[in-house]
Amino acid sequence: MSNRAVITGAGIWSCLGNDLDTVCRSLYDGKSGIGLSPERLQYGYQSGLLGIVEQPVITKQMLDRHTRVGMPEHTQYAYMAARQAFAQANIDNDYLAQNECGCIFGSDSSAKPVIETYKTMEAEHDTAMLGYGMVFQSMNSTVTMNLSTIFHLRGINFTVSAACASGSHSIGLGYMMIRQGLQDIVLCGGAQETNQYSVASFDALGVFSARMDEPQKASRPFDRDRDGLVPSGGAAAIVLEEYEHAINRGAKILAEVVGYGFSGNGAEISKPSDQGCVVAMSRALKDAQLNPADIDYINAHATSTPQGDMYEAMAIDQLFGGCKTLVSSTKSMTGHECWMAGASEIVYSLLMMQHNFVAPNINLENPDEYSAKINLTAQTVETKVDTVLSNSFGFGGTNSALVIKKI
Amino acid sequence: MTRTEIEQIVKEFLIEELEIEPEKITMEGRMKEDIGIDSLDMVDVAVIVDKKFGFKIQPDEMKNTVTLNDFCNYIEQKIAK
Repeated sequence: MSNRAVITGAGIWSCLGNDLDTVCRSLYDGKSGIGLSPERLQYGYQSGLLGIVEQPVITKQMLDRHTRVGMPEHTQYAYMAARQAFAQANIDNDYLAQNECGCIFGSDSSAKPVIETYKTMEAEHDTAMLGYGMVFQSMNSTVTMNLSTIFHLRGINFTVSAACASGSHSIGLGYMMIRQGLQDIVLCGGAQETNQYSVASFDALGVFSARMDEPQKASRPFDRDRDGLVPSGGAAAIVLEEYEHAINRGAKILAEVVGYGFSGNGAEISKPSDQGCVVAMSRALKDAQLNPADIDYINAHATSTPQGDMYEAMAIDQLFGGCKTLVSSTKSMTGHECWMAGASEIVYSLLMMQHNFVAPNINLENPDEYSAKINLTAQTVETKVDTVLSNSFGFGGTNSALVIKKI
Repeated sequence: MTRTEIEQIVKEFLIEELEIEPEKITMEGRMKEDIGIDSLDMVDVAVIVDKKFGFKIQPDEMKNTVTLNDFCNYIEQKIAK
């Protein structure tokens, strides 16, 4: 029999708030974190919409200069989220000095330091002008290399790059590490930068909403009049822990990760696939030994793009059409948190589970023919939420689905 | 630029940018052992010196630089050329 993986801590830094309580209130109230950035428009974006994420203030009392200069924006978010997660799990520096803990985060870019390095080299033609921190900021594994150093984590240590499913896969892989008995504790999560360099190439594809006159109505997953996603970011972290280990430590168990499913579309690079989604969700359910009717709530991936939401609605209808499971996309409030999304949406789902509600899919005014077939809620629903399926799908056809359960 | 100005600029960036405690900074202090400027800091010091004094530190020219006074002497000589 394999080990059980439970969640004993969570942390969040997002456009809905910088702590669990604030984010929980935002989710319950259906509050949007979206705004408009004139700087992006001036820089040359077609859309200036984005999730407004506060920049953390990390003082020298918190971290020394050597560490801080190696941390780009999204690593700073991840640090703030990880602090919260460890604090909630009642894990302090002394504990981490005595016990092994792993670290797996989802992240798929570090654009700003790469571009700043390029700018310096073009101007100076001298690598000595790059300074000490740039190498640690610009590598794709910046989040895990920094967090493992800061918190003295000596277990599994790598970054998962899987586009917009990165954060979800990170939790899935941490869950597998614990299930296999290879780790007792793994810090998992996802982090996404929000600087103007980070998603310029996405904007080039025309995938961002153009509804700039109504920023808070721009992200409208599953709505008939959706016209694209709104980029966002921040970081989310969870402490995954082996069940007996958590019990013996006296930790409060927030939920159990009971299923992880994945698939690759093996098709077009930017086109989603309903069958890819179905395979990932089906595998997660099979792994969890649950039937569709056992799921209380589906946190959809739906990003507010015309095609992606349609394919996901088709997939959900195929599997859950008979049981009319409640569905919402919290991206209606957060925008698309990209590499972070799969992890943040587990944190959002945990909050709903703890506080007995399903957050609304705001801006859903008129479903289209596909979304009309699934049980979407545009309003907050007060209900017991014991089991959640959380979907994440990314460019290149990487799909991930997680099932968490209250115990 | 006078010697006093050089020393002032160096002290300022050690405090402001390298976050070294002001009480640790003396002209007689050894840069590494007493003041705590390690090899990683020196990578950033090279960038700061280039921006503030307009020349590039050559590592082989720094071999005999032990104290902060030596370092200010080095800067003084370089900018005098």
